[in-house]
Amino acid sequence: MLMAWMTGDEKHDLASNSTIDVLWVLYDRILRVSPATVDDPDRDRFLLSKGHGPISYYAVLAAKGFIPLEWLDRFATFDSPLGHHPDRLLIPGVEISSGSLGHGLPLGIGVALGLRAQGRAARVVVLVGDAELDEGTNAEAIAYARAANLGSLTVVVIDNRSSTHGWPGGIANRFSVEGWAAHEVDGHDHEALEAVFRDTRSDRPTAIVAVTEGKR
Amino acid sequence: MITMRETFVRVASELLVSDPRVAVVLADISTDQFARAARRYPDRVINVGIREPLLISVAGGLALAGMRPIAHTYAPFLVERPFEQVKLDLVHQGVGAVLVSVGASYDAASSGRTHQAPEDVALLDTLPDWTIHVPGHPGEVDTLLRAAVASDEPVYLRLDETSNRDAQASGTGLVVVRRGGGPTIVAVGPMLSRVLDAAKDLDVSVLYAATIRPFDGDTLRAIAATPEVILVEPTLAGTSVRSLTDALRDRPSRILCLGVGRRELRRYGQPWEHARAHGLDASGIRASIDAFLAS
Repeated sequence: MLMAWMTGDEKHDLASNSTIDVLWVLYDRILRVSPATVDDPDRDRFLLSKGHGPISYYAVLAAKGFIPLEWLDRFATFDSPLGHHPDRLLIPGVEISSGSLGHGLPLGIGVALGLRAQGRAARVVVLVGDAELDEGTNAEAIAYARAANLGSLTVVVIDNRSSTHGWPGGIANRFSVEGWAAHEVDGHDHEALEAVFRDTRSDRPTAIVAVTEGKR
Repeated sequence: MITMRETFVRVASELLVSDPRVAVVLADISTDQFARAARRYPDRVINVGIREPLLISVAGGLALAGMRPIAHTYAPFLVERPFEQVKLDLVHQGVGAVLVSVGASYDAASSGRTHQAPEDVALLDTLPDWTIHVPGHPGEVDTLLRAAVASDEPVYLRLDETSNRDAQASGTGLVVVRRGGGPTIVAVGPMLSRVLDAAKDLDVSVLYAATIRPFDGDTLRAIAATPEVILVEPTLAGTSVRSLTDALRDRPSRILCLGVGRRELRRYGQPWEHARAHGLDASGIRASIDAFLAS
């Protein structure tokens, strides 16, 4: 709420609130990336696929020194690098420009394939929303990521119960059926989040369903 | 004759050997031709299956990781189906790739409308900074592909089963094939031989374009001796008219655009039959030129 008040992005308040804990755990405890290594080819990559409601993302980037805190004041104004959907060419440390749903995971697969071809051990983490999984491009990506044995790829699904129709058996089951390692976790519990982010497999991608709004 | 597609496979396979940044991304098309390369470079010959939006997104991700991707399938599935991925996962991300299509406008005449893409170049032309090659002979493909891969820019290479009789000099500018005192004809890609046949007894200049973006307006301006300019393209009629009018904006001009019509033909058969139906065989081109010059 504070960030929404600061930025005026009340429309996407729910989206931002649901991601803040996951983002903090990733940048504070998991990802091997810092303002000094944003161009290091061996850095871990974080791809915010669910580009809407990015104010929590910007807040974490500011707290970790990727961008000046003052940038938040001019959110979404003409001269601001920070808009309602992030632009990687305007913001240091942002790996992809996003907004249109269903692009982050397919892009993340390409990044992971490229890093593997180069022999790099960097990790690729993609954040998607539960409703975003409705996009058909994610169906393509989920099936192919397992076929490609992309162990360096982790998808964290923010489950804030936004999907109109949901998934039979739950989101984690949807990934398990496709051969992924899948976990469900409280999306606000930092210790639990850290534990599942560290519990990955080398031979298959990992899906982490971070439940942030009630239970299905 | 070795086809454009065979030349593409040979050159791309050689580039996989010589350049570790190169990755070939496929969607179940041409996988047999790349099978040997895939065995040797399993991490850089990537077949995503019949998932064309993923094909482009993976190319974008590879480019973000510092690779130089070559994405390849039939034109309607490379440009039209994943157009949002081309727009957002390449252009909006600020990365490039080499997109190489087969099928052209109606190579797959017998397969029907779903496998035909006369609109591909016009669609890509709505996006900034693309280099677009429409070679007219297999002998032109080698140089164009190597140059495309050597850059980091977005490049589209449109391969066609139809070929001109002879390859033209490689390069990105217009080639002056004939110099005359009358109207100027711009023949794009595999339209050149038919244009030369159609205009063999006319006092015209004939320019040839294997690269249509960026368009070589300087050569057109230097050669165009009269206001009449005739554009003959293997793609949707008028695909390059904006480039022509821009090049000729400071002088009076009359422009005739010949190409594939917008109306669906709803016929099968052979590519030459479709060319005839669209008025793109030599006699059809000549008839259109005569009518234009008499008007």
